[in-house]
Amino acid sequence: MMKKSWWKILAIALLLYTFTAGFLIQVPIIGNLNQTIRNLFFHVPMWFGQMVLLLVSMIYAIRYLRSGNLADDIYAREFARTGIIFGILGLVTGAIWASYTWGEPWSNDPKQIAVAIALLIYLAYFVLRNSMPDMDKRARVSSVYNIFAYFIYVPLIMVLPRLVQSLHPGGQGVEGNPAMSGKDLDPTMRLVFWPAVIGWTLLGVWISTLSIRISKIKEKNWINA
Amino acid sequence: MPSTQKIYTLFKKDLLLEIRQQYTFYGILLYIASTIFVLYLAMGRPEASAWNGLFWMNLLFICINAVAKSFLQESRGRMLYYYSIAGALDFILAKLMYNLLLMLVMSLLSLLLFSFFLGAPFAKTISFLGITCLGGISISLVFTLLAAIAARANQNAALMAILGFPLIIPQLLLLVKISKSAFGEIFNTGALSQMILLLCGLDLMVVILSLILFPFLWKD
Repeated sequence: MMKKSWWKILAIALLLYTFTAGFLIQVPIIGNLNQTIRNLFFHVPMWFGQMVLLLVSMIYAIRYLRSGNLADDIYAREFARTGIIFGILGLVTGAIWASYTWGEPWSNDPKQIAVAIALLIYLAYFVLRNSMPDMDKRARVSSVYNIFAYFIYVPLIMVLPRLVQSLHPGGQGVEGNPAMSGKDLDPTMRLVFWPAVIGWTLLGVWISTLSIRISKIKEKNWINA
Repeated sequence: MPSTQKIYTLFKKDLLLEIRQQYTFYGILLYIASTIFVLYLAMGRPEASAWNGLFWMNLLFICINAVAKSFLQESRGRMLYYYSIAGALDFILAKLMYNLLLMLVMSLLSLLLFSFFLGAPFAKTISFLGITCLGGISISLVFTLLAAIAARANQNAALMAILGFPLIIPQLLLLVKISKSAFGEIFNTGALSQMILLLCGLDLMVVILSLILFPFLWKD
């Protein structure tokens, strides 16, 4: 049991650590961020988690195209679904954060728009799936779309927002939040930030595996056939 | 392996069909003209940034109409016939080339009509002409694969718009930004060429993905 579920225990431990240390440690007071900087441990890991979950979804889509095994398609579908949930959570946590620091929950920031589009891309994936009643055809066509979508998703959220002015750190221009991006993250905050990223991502994988197990039970007649 | 001769034959078939039926060409021409009339009646001669946005949106809708046809017109029986005489790569390459040519013509035509009715607010005509060509190419490449996907999903043309609109946004955003240079906006040194390179890189990626992924759509 320990051998199989060590990563679930790790996820719980890391998230407990995130919730306690994240609220208790001394954080630097930067600009108008004040204590809201602690949202870094909740908002940013959602996007790391989404990227990982969607990557896993794409890998299973490739596997489906190579193997033709319908179970792989279920994996791809459920990981994409959890990716969407993480995206929604990321948008909500970001909106709450923004209403305190930028003055309004939605300010048409390039990154806000990019992730909203990314959500649309993956919602379209589910529309595409539901448009086909035939299971094999659905699996194959949506796998093709899934792979294509990931290759558009990465430049959409990683490259394009960096070309324009943004309120987020990492954009061009001086309006971005200072001293919070990448290597100049505060050392004590880094001690919580990276465990939080790993913990949230593992939680995402855990949620996906649960829904995969439910789907497998529901659809076992087709998978084994 | 794709053979040049097969690609050429398939390409010529599409072109001949178009020249003989002239359905897409005049259909799209009417579409562009009526859209522009409506826009003119609604907005008069818009200022540069509105003109820019309208132009690219118009191009997007034209592309959906023009490219969707290229796969949706192929009946099941005819696909079976292509399957027996050519490979998947021949087929997709021919389609990519044909759609590219079609969109190039359509983009230039709509640029002409746009300038005629809505005015031409761009300062650098030649560079905007180049950007229009680049835009037509980029949009046509993305929508060719999407048309193939939509054709597989029960020949559903509405699906293409649902799939295509979010996916085309990276290219469209880049195009809108790049074309601002033709309207006289000044960019940092290197920023413009960086964006053009990025757009070409995206196009190349779309072509490679189409070549890799289309064989899976082709088998039935």
